[in-house]
Amino acid sequence: MAQFTETPILEAPIAEGSADQTMVLNMGPQHPSTHGVLRLVLEIDGEIVVRLYPEIGYLHTGIEKTCEAKFYQQVVPLTDRIDYLSPMHNNLCYCLAVEKLLELPIPDKAQWVRVLLSELTRLNSHLVWLGTHAMDIGALTVFLYTFREREDILRIFELVAGQRMMTSYFRIGGLSMEPPLDFFERVQSFIKTFPEKIDEYSNLLTGNPIFVNRLQNVGHLSAADAIALGVTGPPLRASGVDFDLRRDMPYSSYEKFQFKVPTSQRCDVWGRYLVRLEEMRESVKIIQQALDGMPLGPVKANAPKIVLPDREKMKTQMESLIHHFKIVTEGFAVPAGEVYQGIESSRGQMGYYVVSDGTAKPYRVHMRNPSFASLQALETMCKGRMLADVVAVIGSIDVVLGEIDR
Amino acid sequence: MSVTLADKESVLREKADHPAVAAILNWKSDSLADARWDRDELTLTIAREDIVGAGFAIENAGYNFLEDVTAVDWFPASPRFQVSYHIVSHSLKERIRLRVMLDESSPVVDSIIPVWPSANYYEREVFDLFGIRFDGHPNLRRIMMPEEWVGHPLRKDYPVEGYR
Repeated sequence: MAQFTETPILEAPIAEGSADQTMVLNMGPQHPSTHGVLRLVLEIDGEIVVRLYPEIGYLHTGIEKTCEAKFYQQVVPLTDRIDYLSPMHNNLCYCLAVEKLLELPIPDKAQWVRVLLSELTRLNSHLVWLGTHAMDIGALTVFLYTFREREDILRIFELVAGQRMMTSYFRIGGLSMEPPLDFFERVQSFIKTFPEKIDEYSNLLTGNPIFVNRLQNVGHLSAADAIALGVTGPPLRASGVDFDLRRDMPYSSYEKFQFKVPTSQRCDVWGRYLVRLEEMRESVKIIQQALDGMPLGPVKANAPKIVLPDREKMKTQMESLIHHFKIVTEGFAVPAGEVYQGIESSRGQMGYYVVSDGTAKPYRVHMRNPSFASLQALETMCKGRMLADVVAVIGSIDVVLGEIDR
Repeated sequence: MSVTLADKESVLREKADHPAVAAILNWKSDSLADARWDRDELTLTIAREDIVGAGFAIENAGYNFLEDVTAVDWFPASPRFQVSYHIVSHSLKERIRLRVMLDESSPVVDSIIPVWPSANYYEREVFDLFGIRFDGHPNLRRIMMPEEWVGHPLRKDYPVEGYR
């Protein structure tokens, strides 16, 4: 069958009909500021961007096709690999979708731990964004600071899931296991000092005239354009649209938490920076509320034919052994139907569309990823601006190529 | 257990005042081919030629944000393809699903870009991976797979390991 061959740059559609004084410039896929393998074909007039065309697909691994060949519970580890900076959001969204298909109620404690870890994931992802975004602009110091705190979060993930990045900790029916004994203390001691660290980043950047000038009035995106182009998450809220799925269409008991949804009317890269920084402070508040009000009880639903039994029970009880064997070898049948579950990930609205035909394998799994849609707005934000601003704008929409290409 | 309304008649009886149902019925009642309310989600099946008009009707009813466009291959059933559109309303804080069923012989549907420009990439993705064509799309080229790839990988008759 067909083999991959590189499309020559001049054959890309952008060069057609361009005027004589413009030139076509290729940026990426291996470029330090494209945050992965994003390739941009730019048509520039001097230093002004005339047109911009994102060429994606370099990381396409066919995850949606692979899902169709796996049992429902085997898909969970695949979802980690999609948005590798916020794996728990992917786990959560997929598990919620399948639980909706099964109409399976989840114990309170599992839901609250899910909220807590989702917000830690948001902090983790925003820390990477802040570090790399500032580094793109030229402020190298912040990167070292944010990765110091990110390391603490990754250690917490390792403690709770055994893995730093590909956690797969949320399972269909709850969590994979009870969180370890010192988990809540570790989270508490982390968020006790974290707000000071946000002040520290803010001190380094918010008053820095070089940083401010590189960000303010760059990458303008109006609210109407943002909605029309499918932009979600912090870039949408920085354009003045007050919409957050955590508050407006709550899932996993988010309705029990009090938090503000930060917005900005600035519509530029600076606004997105402010919104994300404020979002980090709100996440800390949510984590504190989750720690204070953590309910007691089991972390797995009482559904022995769906949820794997505890290890100890599996070794000592005949029925648990049978259930374990059945789930691992045959999976579990899910009633036919189609559901769409949306959550607010670090980058915007993530959605999983799961179609079941009544068997043990999903008939179709589709992921709606925020970066994929936000990338469409890149040309609108960069057109008519300087070439150097493209780097700032890419950083401000916080693309993760793993979830764009899937 | 949530309520399931399995057919058009029961949805029209129970959910006639739902803003999306009302908007479609007011615009053109025979464009609604089927309807389903399942697991607290509303699915409206629209006749193929009416999808853009129905999109405008829905958008006027407050469903302003297109979240997702994707497809399902029901091979070997007929009609084979289902195109699903997920639309969120920022004001009503609600999500609905429109869908269009397409025959294998002519997997073509009008592009929804006039209503929601964000459909651009999604329709390219569906074209690339399912081979469904969208009439009126400005740049219907492959997006994930290489340009010269043969076949559409997410079709059910395409092997998971690819052709060897």
